[in-house]
Amino acid sequence: MANPSAVCNGHLHHHHQKQNNLLKSGIYKKNGITKGMKKNGVSNGTLYKKTFIEHFEQAPMYVAVLTFLGFGVGTIFGYLRDFMRACGLEKRNLAAEREEQKDFVPLYQDFENFYTRNLYMRIRDNWNRPICSVPGPQFDLMERVTDDYNWTFRFTGRTIKNVINMGSYNYLGFAETDVNALKTVSIELQKYGTGVCSTRQEMGTLDKHVELEKLVAKFLGVEDAMVFGMGFATNSMNIPALVGKGCLILSDELNHTSLVLGARLSGATIRIFKHNNMQNLEKLLREAIIYGQPRSRRAWRKIIILVEGIYSMEGSIVHLPELVSLKKKYKAYLYLDEAHSIGAVGATGRGVVEYFGMSPDDVDVLMGTFTKSFGAAGGYIAGKKDLVDFLRTHSHSAVYATSMCPPVAEQIIRAMKCLMGLDGTTQGLQRVRQLGKNTRYFRRRLHEMGFIIYGNDDSPVVPLLLYMPGKIGVFSRLMLQKNIGVVVVGFPATPITESRARFCVSAAHTREMLDTVLNALDELGDFLLLKYSRYSKSAHPELYEETRLE
Amino acid sequence: MDIKSMKNYLYWLYCQFELITCSYLMEPWEKLLFYSFNIALLVTVLYTAYIFLPGHISSALQFFWQLFGSQHENTVSVLK
Repeated sequence: MANPSAVCNGHLHHHHQKQNNLLKSGIYKKNGITKGMKKNGVSNGTLYKKTFIEHFEQAPMYVAVLTFLGFGVGTIFGYLRDFMRACGLEKRNLAAEREEQKDFVPLYQDFENFYTRNLYMRIRDNWNRPICSVPGPQFDLMERVTDDYNWTFRFTGRTIKNVINMGSYNYLGFAETDVNALKTVSIELQKYGTGVCSTRQEMGTLDKHVELEKLVAKFLGVEDAMVFGMGFATNSMNIPALVGKGCLILSDELNHTSLVLGARLSGATIRIFKHNNMQNLEKLLREAIIYGQPRSRRAWRKIIILVEGIYSMEGSIVHLPELVSLKKKYKAYLYLDEAHSIGAVGATGRGVVEYFGMSPDDVDVLMGTFTKSFGAAGGYIAGKKDLVDFLRTHSHSAVYATSMCPPVAEQIIRAMKCLMGLDGTTQGLQRVRQLGKNTRYFRRRLHEMGFIIYGNDDSPVVPLLLYMPGKIGVFSRLMLQKNIGVVVVGFPATPITESRARFCVSAAHTREMLDTVLNALDELGDFLLLKYSRYSKSAHPELYEETRLE
Repeated sequence: MDIKSMKNYLYWLYCQFELITCSYLMEPWEKLLFYSFNIALLVTVLYTAYIFLPGHISSALQFFWQLFGSQHENTVSVLK
């Protein structure tokens, strides 16, 4: 154990402080967790069976200064333009009230949209681009131009063909139009049509749903599962059914909006812990158990921890082993949202639970979506039979929402059978392996080039940090000129100084496609000065690996 | 050849300035306003430096000379 500490304290770096504290405190100082680890019976005495490497490098100080400078200039010009609009020197393009209603209570609060009006509008052409083909490894874009600086667009009629797709959540490449692959789907389409026209509790439960739920339960290794028509609605409609007033929700800082919405709708008390920080979570758990509910000091009815498998903006993987040991020690429940990790991590694509070598019984509620790795739509909740039976009767989604349509259910069935190997081929396993290879290659090359990349080495979501607001628009436009489609994200989806470009590696990407993208990134990185990393990897990986937990 | 690469380099520097200060995103009249403000500020700073710096530097030098000069005289008198 001394070795990793020596690497961490001795050399280079930027520390991944969280990992370092974990190493020091999790294993040496905290008696509670040490006892927990011994009980686990893992032979080499640690919670992690393989190396867990995460990167969250901080950029040099001048980058932060220049980012704020850019935002400052943008804000000043925003105020100038707002002033001109208020004076009448410039035409107002956003919604405004009618003249007769000027004395009423204001309908449109002007200042809240300041950022949208003045900064987002200028680079708006990089989002909401309409595509006109299947979002496979390559796709076709409709070309659009703007005459008045992005307030309105018009289509020229031309399509840009074969743009390399680095933005779609197509991790295993199941978004395809191959006739042989979709044979069963078209048969089911002929048999059932497209609409279900009812909810699960009335007449919307088809034999396809029952078949799918049994298959999902078998795939994950749990007792039972329930599927819903929409992934976002799975979270936001089922969390209120599981928790209510008098319960405590401990939710990660960077959780997805669907989890936040579900938590707020439930009416429970919500406390937030720092991203992936198990010490912070333990402190909150202890406080919750010692002090109880805010005014009455009674014990909490239920304590539930909401986390995600892979966080889509950071590319980080949840620290599941510590989380499970914490949950067992403090008797809390765990809700794991595997939207991005199901099918994408793990030796056979069964998600983070398999990635860490743990049993699915450790997690109380397993949730996931079919949108990302299965090329379909919808979500599932899986776990013990009692839990799923309870949700069948009490979930808002089951009672009121239309159930999943049959062709989509068949697409999930065929994708899952392919993954499990039930269709007689090894195609599923090949896809998972190809994704792993592509991910590692892409991340390694980007690190070598000197970009700052966040996240775990095994996660197929690769955020590349751009930092300055001026570079967001330029990056996306120049990449499109080179026929590569990327997704760029800025404030408010990310912290204000950390705008990024997010790549989603797919199993359907060939080595040539990845090389094309990497060469383009190399060129753009030199032209736009994006290579902020102080530690590009050299020929000696052992010296330069950030932290290892072995 | 050298002029061409020099021009390319200068153009690239100009692009970096545009990106960092977000003037790439501005409409032409905003750019005009921004650049004229910047150039006016720069000219003012340079002009002020041109007028006042020699005066400031010579008075600072005088101050330090006096300090060392008086020390020199003192040591000379002690020796004597």
